[in-house]
Amino acid sequence: MSAISAAERIRLEKKFPDVFRHIFARRFGLPFGIGLTLLYLVFCWFFFGVGPAVQNGKWDRAAIYVQDWYSWRAQPRLRFTDDAVVPQWSSRGQYAEGATIDWLTPHEDGTMTATFGRDSDRLDISTTRVDVYVGGVAYPVTITEDGVFAPADVPPAIEQDRQKVLVDYGFAGQAEIRANQVSIQRRFLGWANFLYDPKSPLWGHDLFSTLGLIFSGERVVPEMSNAELVLKEWLGNRAWQHGDILAKLVQTLVMAFIGTLLATLVAFPLAFIAARNITQKRAANWFMKRFFDFIRSVDMLIWALFFTRGFGPGPIPGIAAIFFTDTGALGKVYAEALENVDDKQREGIKSVGASAAAVNRFGVVPQVLPVFVSQSLYFWESNIRSATIIGAVGAGGIGLKLLESMGTNSDWDKVAYMVLLILLVVFVFDNISNAIRSRLIGTANS
Amino acid sequence: MADIASSPDGLTPASQTLLRHYRSQVVTRRVYSILISLGVLAALVMAMGYANAANSGKFFDRLPYMFDFIKNFVPRDPLEIFRAMFGLESPYFDGSAKYDYTAGGVYLTDSLYIPSFVYQLIITVNIAVVSTFIGAGLAFCLCFFAATNLVGAGAVRWFMRRTMEVLRAFPEIVIAGLLTAVLSIGPIAAIVAVSLHTVGALGKLFFEVVENADMKPDEGLKSVGATWLERVRYAIVPQVLPNFVSYTLLRLEVNVRASTIIGAVGGGGIGEVFRLSIGRDYAAQTYAIIIMLLVTIIVIDQFSGWLRRRLVGNQGFELARGSV
Repeated sequence: MSAISAAERIRLEKKFPDVFRHIFARRFGLPFGIGLTLLYLVFCWFFFGVGPAVQNGKWDRAAIYVQDWYSWRAQPRLRFTDDAVVPQWSSRGQYAEGATIDWLTPHEDGTMTATFGRDSDRLDISTTRVDVYVGGVAYPVTITEDGVFAPADVPPAIEQDRQKVLVDYGFAGQAEIRANQVSIQRRFLGWANFLYDPKSPLWGHDLFSTLGLIFSGERVVPEMSNAELVLKEWLGNRAWQHGDILAKLVQTLVMAFIGTLLATLVAFPLAFIAARNITQKRAANWFMKRFFDFIRSVDMLIWALFFTRGFGPGPIPGIAAIFFTDTGALGKVYAEALENVDDKQREGIKSVGASAAAVNRFGVVPQVLPVFVSQSLYFWESNIRSATIIGAVGAGGIGLKLLESMGTNSDWDKVAYMVLLILLVVFVFDNISNAIRSRLIGTANS
Repeated sequence: MADIASSPDGLTPASQTLLRHYRSQVVTRRVYSILISLGVLAALVMAMGYANAANSGKFFDRLPYMFDFIKNFVPRDPLEIFRAMFGLESPYFDGSAKYDYTAGGVYLTDSLYIPSFVYQLIITVNIAVVSTFIGAGLAFCLCFFAATNLVGAGAVRWFMRRTMEVLRAFPEIVIAGLLTAVLSIGPIAAIVAVSLHTVGALGKLFFEVVENADMKPDEGLKSVGATWLERVRYAIVPQVLPNFVSYTLLRLEVNVRASTIIGAVGGGGIGEVFRLSIGRDYAAQTYAIIIMLLVTIIVIDQFSGWLRRRLVGNQGFELARGSV
């Protein structure tokens, strides 16, 4: 921006004195405000102890948790018996019993080979020694009575930790060699057994072969058709609990739906009492508005916990919490909308001698109904989110399921799955309610 | 209103056709209205049946328990509520936590102290304020890149808007839960969770305000060769700032509630204390917290409402509630 001459400047200053008069608050208000905010944030840094908390955080575990979102771990323990290495899986193992696993090959002499992504990264495991291959180079790790010992000058991927040896292959996995067993964590991209669990007769099928099964002939089990079997096995997946998760998701949606709808139905008549121009009794207006303010201001959390105590965990306390909070909020919004109606239509109806009910029905409701409905749709949308959260404090639904899965600290893939489902549902309902709204009030996006 | 012209005699044929069409339209409309109402009603009944079946106790079985709970859930004397609120010693104190109101108070000096609940409430409100600041700051920086009138590149806008959408819809408890697992229980998880959601919610409202801004000042600056940053700073920001501040205040109201709830699922603060006290049947403490929360929320709502009215006049801000 170019400068102007001094004469021009004086002329402008004379012509528009208001523009050039600096009010202190206007001139320094913004930097002052920003400075205060920063000071406050610094204070909170110490108030909440952010520094120490971040320092003490288990960030290595955080990396594992985040990896768990999009990948899965196979965790066999290879136990040493007298003369052979025997894999042992937890009850929630991802492989069916006796399945051939391409990265874990047993040999006839009782030894075992575990590969980590490629042939040059592998463990040749016998009961007396483990040959650790890192990048194609072998490092023999000897197993004795007193412990496990790696040779000298090993690369950083191999680490001697007192009596055991740790091997780290990065994303592909880790191994922990002890005197009596080798624990292996082998990580793969994707979600294991997302379709069927290992105990299912359909285990091993992917999406395409499943489609093939549904549309092709022979029955896998004689009792039911393939489509039925696929649905049953998928919903009944023991590892992923699709049926349970979907039911919980529906519970959350139902909570938001019933809560908002009941709140709408109750707030609708009450708002007519609260509106100054419709009910001409000051006391009734005041009382109704304070009532709305009161139930709106009691936090949803309070309602939720209160009703959870009364009704037990499940969707009912969630519905009640949403119903109470939103009756207040919707009542307030509706009353405001009613107070802004155009009086001409009411006067027109009144002038032909209609009763009070008819005046409201034909003079007021047609004006406010689109606004009411679109408000309720907004609330429904936001209540889907609220229902997720109050579900977590005990009202059930997907929120509680999320909290439980996070509590185990090993089901982060399931958490990711539920998050995706929630995002999808929110997205779909967003679009539905936007479509209804734009048809009602005729604006494209608001 | 079909009965207004109920006697068609004396009308011209053209008017009669008009009347007929009008009536048939009214009939169609009513049929649709009734069908939609019936559909919604049926959905409601089905959903209620489902909810009742999914609950751990059925509604009508549990209703007496609910009333019993309300009836029995009263403190031993009304003053107990205030003793709990201000951390005073209770005459019923018998060594149990139920009547121990003095625990958890923060002593500034030997005699001056902050009662436990007040301190927890300060934590909760602070969480809300900090996350509103952080969220509003980030949303302020991002919103200009999502506005059609400022950024030509569709890809940038698309990316910004989708980011905000995801941040808005992402369940807060998951962020809080993940951070709780890493940082152990504490307010930081709540701050991050609420802040991220605030970025998404405010970002959307902000860029809509920016898109509705008057572009004449921008053209003026453009004509003298101002850079993009200068244009945003001197043409757009002064116009949108009052609206931004007012939306931020509205958000603060929402965030106080949100931080209470997040607190209850592991973020600390008054939410957690409340969950524990109602779960353990500590009536006096529960009522004390309810009253304190109610007062806090009303005070913050009133204050921010007053400030907003001063900033932008009486606008229908509640309209934006759903998108918040």
